[in-house]
Amino acid sequence: MITWIAGLIVLLIKMALVLGVLLFLAAYLVWAERKLLGRLQVRLGPNRAGIFGLLQPIADSIKMLCKEDIVPEAADKIIFLLAPAVVATTALLMFAVVPFGPEITLMGKQVPLVISDINVGLLFVFAMASLGVYGMALGGWASNSKFALLGGIRGAAQMISYELALGLSLVPVVMLAQSFSLVDIVNAQADYPFIIVQPIAFVIFVISSMAESKRIPFDLPEAENELGAGFHTEYSGMRFGLFFIGEYVHMQVFGALIAVFFLGGWRGPFLPPPVWLLIKIIIAALVMIWIRGTLPRLRYDQLMEMGWKILIPASLINIIITGAVILI
Amino acid sequence: MMTEIFESVKALGEGFAATFKHLLRKPITEEYPEYKRPLPERSRARIVLTCDPDGKERCVACYLCSSVCPVSCISMQSAENTDGRRYAKWFRINLGRCIYCGLCEEACPTSAIQLTPDFENSRLDILNLVFEKQDLLVDNCGKDRAYNFYKHAGIKTDSFDKGTRDFETEPVNVKSNLP
Repeated sequence: MITWIAGLIVLLIKMALVLGVLLFLAAYLVWAERKLLGRLQVRLGPNRAGIFGLLQPIADSIKMLCKEDIVPEAADKIIFLLAPAVVATTALLMFAVVPFGPEITLMGKQVPLVISDINVGLLFVFAMASLGVYGMALGGWASNSKFALLGGIRGAAQMISYELALGLSLVPVVMLAQSFSLVDIVNAQADYPFIIVQPIAFVIFVISSMAESKRIPFDLPEAENELGAGFHTEYSGMRFGLFFIGEYVHMQVFGALIAVFFLGGWRGPFLPPPVWLLIKIIIAALVMIWIRGTLPRLRYDQLMEMGWKILIPASLINIIITGAVILI
Repeated sequence: MMTEIFESVKALGEGFAATFKHLLRKPITEEYPEYKRPLPERSRARIVLTCDPDGKERCVACYLCSSVCPVSCISMQSAENTDGRRYAKWFRINLGRCIYCGLCEEACPTSAIQLTPDFENSRLDILNLVFEKQDLLVDNCGKDRAYNFYKHAGIKTDSFDKGTRDFETEPVNVKSNLP
């Protein structure tokens, strides 16, 4: 009984820590993105709230909490209210299977530094990733606005063009690690990170995961110049904030997944394991911001063409070659 | 096929290099309340009523500015002094409506009404944007430093009678040359 309670307390502490770090980092990623985009465009970026604008995320969140929360008259109320939560929750849940360190010994007990090590962790990640799109499409549909609906539909159209490539690009990783568990995948990279043997899978995964987190150049559902704001046109206040946080948590989760699948996860010399994972997440996020500052948005026929004609065949060929090499 | 891939990768690389180079450049942002860029003399913002080089009001209340104003934000009432000079009894510009087109300045025959580069005119209360004559008057000539309307007008004032100055001829008695 006592061990059971102790285990529960440890689990709760781990969850609180991960949630806290994720949300804190999401807030400051927004700041980092604005600042870095500013510098890429030879501007200063936010610099009014606090030194270097560091209080900007706090000011933003106070503003969003104080704003009026408008629900359109003709909207499907319940779904409209739930959709942002679906997006934010699925993004946060994805982190549940990401290991952020090796097992540590705490008061004579083994504590794994992962919230839940399930043996189909990778499938769980894909399930949650697809559900995120569901929340977005529902939000667009429930708003009962044509712009929002178009945004939601484009989100769904986008999903069928990258989701397959996303899944297929990781098949070679699973073949190499012999496991679907993210903990085992990190452990399999003890000698060398998989990016060395799977560069093509890495590129495909990065492109597809950027499409997954709906970041420029794949932010078709938002498309502010032709769709108002796309699927969240009708949202205001903290509900819009949840969509926003969802996007930035997505960025971190995919940074973490890129690290776990290709960069050796929490492995690295000198520094403690969670710090290494954090560094890899931040580097991935910074590269995503750099990409955002460089590339224009794709049309969605271009995205589908890229997904179906390039990414999927390339990942299939990659699987065949990997399989052949493993067999030999 | 291979050249196509090479070309597109090269194009992508050039784009990323361009943005990365900008990352290392110093931002060109002008931070507004700390740094106020000196504006060109002819930029159009707050409206003033100027004085002639003698320090007297230029405005002769001819109503041309108020009639040319496309948003009708200028209104006034004319009156005449004992010395024969016309002036505006009251002069009012609703800067809340003004679109800063500068047509009043174009229309003004005496160079009285002028637009200045001072653009910081926001007010918390919109009624504070209604500028009365005392808010509009300034004690200098503005952009036009030399022009004095009454020196050329051929109008009798306390200092000159009609046709008395050296560049003028005597006024014609219109009744004398009737057929």
